[in-house]
Amino acid sequence: MSVPADASSGSPPGLRVSVDLNLCQAYAQCCYAAPRHFRIEGHEALIYDPAPAAQDRAEIERARVACPVQAIRVEDPGRGT
Amino acid sequence: MAPSSDRAVVVGAGLAALRGAEAMREAGFSGPLTIVGAEPYRPYDRPPLSKHVLAGEIPAGATTLPSNLGADVEWQLGSPIARLDRTSRTLHRADGSTLPYDRLLIATGTRARPWPNPHEGRLSGVFTLRGRDDAAALRAALAAGPRRVLVIGAGFIGCEVASLCRQLGLPATLVEPGPTPLGRVLGSAVGAFIGAMLTGRGVDLRSGSEVEWLEGEGGRFVRAHLTDGTRIDADVAVIALGAVRNTEWLDGSGLSADPGGVDCDATGFVLDTEGQPDPCIAAAGDVARFPHPLYGGRRVALEHWSHAAMQGIHAGQLLAGAKPESPYAALPTFWSTQGDVVVKSAGLTEGADAVAFTQGEPGSGRFIAVYGRAGRCIAAVSVDSARWLPAHAEMVAAGAPFPPQGTAADRPSKGIMVLAPGFP
Amino acid sequence: MPDATLLDQVKDFANRANPYPVYAKLRVDPVSRQEDGTESGTWVAATHGTIASLLQDPRVSSNTLPPADRPRTGNPLTDLIVKPLKDWMMDRHRVFIFRDPPDHDVLRASVMHQFSRERIQAMRVRSERLVADLLDEKRDAREIDAVDDLAYPLPVTVICELFGVPREDEPKFHGWATQLATALEPDSLSDREIRDANSRTFDAIGGYMADLIKEKRKHPQDDMLSGLANEATPEGAKMGDYDLIATSILMLVAGHETTVNLITNGLLTLLRHPDELERLRQDPGRAPRLIEELLRYEPPVQFRTRKTLSAIDIAGVTIPESADLVLLLASGNRDAAVFPDPDRFDPDRTGTRHLGFGGSLHYCVGAPLARFEAEAALTALAKRLKAPRLIEDPPPYRSGAALRGPEHLRVAIDGIV
Repeated sequence: MSVPADASSGSPPGLRVSVDLNLCQAYAQCCYAAPRHFRIEGHEALIYDPAPAAQDRAEIERARVACPVQAIRVEDPGRGT
Repeated sequence: MAPSSDRAVVVGAGLAALRGAEAMREAGFSGPLTIVGAEPYRPYDRPPLSKHVLAGEIPAGATTLPSNLGADVEWQLGSPIARLDRTSRTLHRADGSTLPYDRLLIATGTRARPWPNPHEGRLSGVFTLRGRDDAAALRAALAAGPRRVLVIGAGFIGCEVASLCRQLGLPATLVEPGPTPLGRVLGSAVGAFIGAMLTGRGVDLRSGSEVEWLEGEGGRFVRAHLTDGTRIDADVAVIALGAVRNTEWLDGSGLSADPGGVDCDATGFVLDTEGQPDPCIAAAGDVARFPHPLYGGRRVALEHWSHAAMQGIHAGQLLAGAKPESPYAALPTFWSTQGDVVVKSAGLTEGADAVAFTQGEPGSGRFIAVYGRAGRCIAAVSVDSARWLPAHAEMVAAGAPFPPQGTAADRPSKGIMVLAPGFP
Repeated sequence: MPDATLLDQVKDFANRANPYPVYAKLRVDPVSRQEDGTESGTWVAATHGTIASLLQDPRVSSNTLPPADRPRTGNPLTDLIVKPLKDWMMDRHRVFIFRDPPDHDVLRASVMHQFSRERIQAMRVRSERLVADLLDEKRDAREIDAVDDLAYPLPVTVICELFGVPREDEPKFHGWATQLATALEPDSLSDREIRDANSRTFDAIGGYMADLIKEKRKHPQDDMLSGLANEATPEGAKMGDYDLIATSILMLVAGHETTVNLITNGLLTLLRHPDELERLRQDPGRAPRLIEELLRYEPPVQFRTRKTLSAIDIAGVTIPESADLVLLLASGNRDAAVFPDPDRFDPDRTGTRHLGFGGSLHYCVGAPLARFEAEAALTALAKRLKAPRLIEDPPPYRSGAALRGPEHLRVAIDGIV
């Protein structure tokens, strides 16, 4: 996972992602859809990138829609939420 | 529906504030909407701070929450409100500037409870962990490779920080006055499991111990002295003694507020000192104390992520006039990631007189514990068994008989064990 | 002869092309008892809420198979000694979709460990290549059968490559898979002929897998079967041979019999909604949400069966202990309480918690593969088929009510670009 220290530096505005970890049941569908931005540690600890780059929006969208409990929320300043 | 000329203000800029503002807009409120925050940041997500930010995987600044608020919201950040005047419906800042409102959402949340001795608390190397800046500062201190990290208080934040230090390969000592970590929330029967797990990961756990004072040299923290005379040399001390609710600015407003929160009625409107609701003001999140219908109307203030989100939405809808004035009754839930182990809970364990392990095996590290009171299920906790929790949450919401009866998959091999929960 | 129950109507082949009106009748009672001649009856959950609740209820077991009872041979030695032993082994080493935790969790964890993100990502790229090749083969055609030409060969090739089944052996699996998939159709469990045929098929495919596993132990390769045969999970779990055989059979059969329906139902639905086909052609980025809506609207697995371990109070009824359950996933997906205007195909729905892959502990292991394969197939079909038209609507269906999909899907085209 790589996150720019400051997303405001010149490049197109990045995405914002948050996951409702109360809902998350570690189905790991996001990890298959966007492996560079989501991973599971241990049995069910989800680790995710809260600030993916704008060019990764297709992967993030796949992860968002595939979540069986719809726990992933994405804001895409380039496209609206 | 509020007239569109009404002016809405949200005081606070955390999760509850954000979801509240979004809910007002989604419910059709189209008047001017201002969000006032004490910190200079847009709402950000706190749970990653004690985990991935401290681990150095993401910078503190990457945690800004996604939102669907548009440009029709005014943000006044880094400008704390000092006083509320309900007669003139005006908010006052310390610099004398004012902000009028017609509808007000109070979502000022909490701050970390400081170390009781302010001089010791100001030593370099002593940290609390609540906000983005706290996390960034503590991360820098951990990255510098301290000899040892001392964590004071084994609540969720304390345990998370201690496990995280071990993940980073840092020696860590966790000091807790109670018999086990998380004893206040989970009781010592389940807390003992967490303690064993922490110890297994190399945390130097000192249960039943208290820090008497923090010693500094040249303004730097160097060691802690326990009440039993033990000394612990360390470069970093993390004060994890819980939170204090941000209600001082309500002093003199005539609202019923104290360090335990601001009181609300079942609907979500705040109460004045006479116990009368103010229909212009709602509260949500950590700061709101309200009677919970699932627990006999007991007044609770919950410091949980999903509670902040859901009660924020509820309060936003309420202020927009879009929702029938029904009680907020969501089942309290939380999660905590201890290293790579996920602890989740549904319901409130307070007052439990028994606990039963109903699924999995504590020995295997994956299980469900159900808490009972007077023969009814009042809470359930899962450890790495999240998919079993919803069924147990249903039992809690329904007040099902405790302990659960009958045959089920994944029962412990020796059957259901009922134990004393071990609350202090 | 009593009147046909609604559950009988679900199973009735006459309703295969459009079972949804029967489901709507079933939803009138969220959980209903359907007479089946037994004392406890069969209980059907038809609404989203009751299905989701029962899927995650520990009082509900997946162990629905009757005790193994292999065909008798007439040879007394075999029937008295070998058969009971083999029956006992089969019962102990069932495929994990018919097992409960803790055993289920251990087996599933082994599979998930091998079902690595890297391996699945590689299959995504491979799926796109396979689709391109399959469509290239039909370049000059004026008619295709979406099943035989694409929807069947794609997932079959993918699952065989993933498991390291040699290409030349692929055809052997076709008949085996079709036969074993009947285990998911409720009536097959009480039909002696089908059960005997399944036993014989299981022996045949089991013998083949045993040999292949030996080979993978001798010469491990970078495939899932080699991984399962030679590596333990991080918790130290490693399958024994019988579980490994059963598990690989399960994965191979599932790879043959499910995704084919997702792709075929997908193309059928798009041809019935030409505006959506056109939108997908213009914007392949719509594929992920379109596929989730397909999983809601026409799920490849329409229902799954379960058994109660205890009596369960739900939706105003009490399901007794040891009762047979049918969780009508495809009906829950059409529940207006959760999905406004549920019979409308609308990929722009938000927050959809469909039941197309089931849920909780038994959530479909192959879901990520199914999504990638469907995305590769549907985006390529939208892009490359010139003026596609359905030749028959409804198309002829396969016999299964649980695993439901067209047998063939003939499409007239002006060519493939």
